Amino acid sequence: MRVLIKGGHVVDTKTNTNEVKDILIEDGIITETGKDIEISNGDIIYAEGKLVLPGLVDAHCHLRDPGFEYKEDIETGTMSAAMGGFTSIACMPNTDPVCDNETIVKYIINKAKQEGVVNVYPIGAISKGQKGEELSEIGELKFAGAVAISDDGRPVKSSALMKRALEYSAMFDIAVISHCEDLDIADGGVMNEGYWSTVMGLKGIPSAAEEIMVARDIILSEYTKVPIHIAHVSTELSVDLIRNAKKRGVKVTCETCPHYFVLTDEACKDFNTLAKVNPPLRTRRDVEAVIEGLKDGTIDIIATDHAPHHNDEKNVEFNLAANGMVGFETALPLAITYLVKPGHLTIGQLVEKMCVNPSKLLGINKGTLEIGRSADITIIDINEEFVVDVSNFKSKSKNSPFNGFKLNGSVYYTLVGGNAVVREKVLL
Amino acid sequence: MTLKSKDLLGLKDLTAEEIQYILNTAKTMKVILLSKNKKAPHLQGKSIITLFYENSTRTRLSFELASKYLSASAANISVASSSVAKGETLIDTGKTIDMMGADVIIIRHSMSGAPHLLAKNVNASVINAGDGMNEHPTQALLDMFTIIEKKGSLKGLKVAIIGDIYHSRVARSNIWGMTKLGAEVSVAGPSTLIPPELDKTGVKVFTTVQEALIDADVVMGLRIQKERQKSGLFPSLREYSRFFGLDEKRLKLAKEDALILHPGPVNRGVELPSSVIDSDRSFINEQVTNGVAVRMALLYLLTRRDSGESIN
Repeated sequence: MRVLIKGGHVVDTKTNTNEVKDILIEDGIITETGKDIEISNGDIIYAEGKLVLPGLVDAHCHLRDPGFEYKEDIETGTMSAAMGGFTSIACMPNTDPVCDNETIVKYIINKAKQEGVVNVYPIGAISKGQKGEELSEIGELKFAGAVAISDDGRPVKSSALMKRALEYSAMFDIAVISHCEDLDIADGGVMNEGYWSTVMGLKGIPSAAEEIMVARDIILSEYTKVPIHIAHVSTELSVDLIRNAKKRGVKVTCETCPHYFVLTDEACKDFNTLAKVNPPLRTRRDVEAVIEGLKDGTIDIIATDHAPHHNDEKNVEFNLAANGMVGFETALPLAITYLVKPGHLTIGQLVEKMCVNPSKLLGINKGTLEIGRSADITIIDINEEFVVDVSNFKSKSKNSPFNGFKLNGSVYYTLVGGNAVVREKVLL
Repeated sequence: MTLKSKDLLGLKDLTAEEIQYILNTAKTMKVILLSKNKKAPHLQGKSIITLFYENSTRTRLSFELASKYLSASAANISVASSSVAKGETLIDTGKTIDMMGADVIIIRHSMSGAPHLLAKNVNASVINAGDGMNEHPTQALLDMFTIIEKKGSLKGLKVAIIGDIYHSRVARSNIWGMTKLGAEVSVAGPSTLIPPELDKTGVKVFTTVQEALIDADVVMGLRIQKERQKSGLFPSLREYSRFFGLDEKRLKLAKEDALILHPGPVNRGVELPSSVIDSDRSFINEQVTNGVAVRMALLYLLTRRDSGESIN
């Protein structure tokens, strides 16, 4: 089976490619790149005027399977990912039961093989049951196929446990991803503490709740000399702390999500539960600092934190509403519209943050269009304008605050292992 | 003139004209209220439901009497013995009440924004009788009514609001309403009980009670909830009273004819000493009467609105 992608503008930072080039795929593997490749038989994808990128890699999403299939499952979650141009996604362990053992890791991997349309990589829990008490069997998780460990959704409250998690995981060379939140300071808050929480009479979560734990985790990483990855960075001081730590040579990496470089806490106005997320949307200053962090390389990765919830969990009192928003189908266009179009990031930098760096973090062989690699490829029209309509989402859940946003950047093709999963904007 | 919205969710969303209109209507209602035969036909054929998820004496009774004085059929739902106790959602409870033909649902809820959620999901008018820390618009309306009754207008008046501003929906509604009507609002309270960036709402924020009281035309004490001390927001009621209690000496900083208000219920000896509560500068009891008049006005204005719009 041969597929030829013809005439597209290929951007692949690993091979230093930024030009119009053809890509030949044979039996799912990239076998040749160059000008004017011709084939006599096979499938030809005409990509003139489009960008051809390595398939996007998401280091942080929630597929809700097992346990919360009414929100999302592996089939719909991967369909949603494919529509957004993602070819590999890493799902967080806060399922029911928690992904803290080999059985759940294997369940996810097997189900993804049968029903999934993109590559799925499970992330195991740091602590048993994500309870923050005892380490889970990290070695077993790693050998079952987990690509990282995290208690995402909740912080590892005990500094001692986090220190041990770093020391122990180093032995297995598996990434540790930290959800940074000091629950004592957050104290049941439901949105960012600031002007808008005052106006709405909602209990605020101070930015310090995040920053204190970012500082702690940097210190623990520095002390143990084990890398740490900070999930969903949302505040100015978090960015500063990480920037300074990197300058000192601490092995800290981090990610942010589109909502933290696009929206502010004002989005919660009129008790809009679609804008309720953890960490909460912050202020304009924080948004600008996050963008600055992306520009200067402090923030390594753009992740989706795709967090599907049923309408019944959002259409309730703000205090009771679930945290999170779906993200697969808006992440790339938001990044293009809010980062690339205004000149904050080049396409090459975007490829670094959405393909190369997440692959590196997870230790997976993805994120590039090198010859010999599996043909995971995303083809987009960067200029095409469209209006977000959540009713078109392939995700089971529609909880997006971006409904109605006018964005640039349409995903035309998503190829996974050489197979077109999305063709001409349509999921196959 | 009519009110723009089918609901009264907060003073944040009203214009100065709408607030003035409600207060003017309340003046007429007060005449009915003070007459010997307290029965007027304004709400005949209307049904008014009170749905209180939090305890209340004066607000609930005030609404019920306001409904009855204007000949409405009034019923109340006691949350503890209703389907709510069985886990029914607010929207489902609201729709059930709606389908029984309610014209107005009056809701009090411990969570900010609950009335807004209800309003979006029912055809009935919704009145917010207090939601979490957000708003208590009818309390602020009655406060403003009381002030205007005594002082003629709010324009240019200095109003000092003292106490736990952070948790106070009364303070928030008064801040929105009074600044719209041209008053200059100052607040003071322990710094752990002042919400962040409050000054951006157009009020002056002080951490000493004295600064806020200077030349005040109106002094409003807010109830200090004893649970707040337990959660560590201030060390003791004794210390609160020492630094923020509105005693006679401090009140001398205010204008001689300053009105003393309090939304009640008062912790005697904490926010105010009994000597101040029971003095002739205190209008705490008039506030209660005016509360009924303001609520009569609101019920009347909301039910006579041309309900051309419907939802769903």
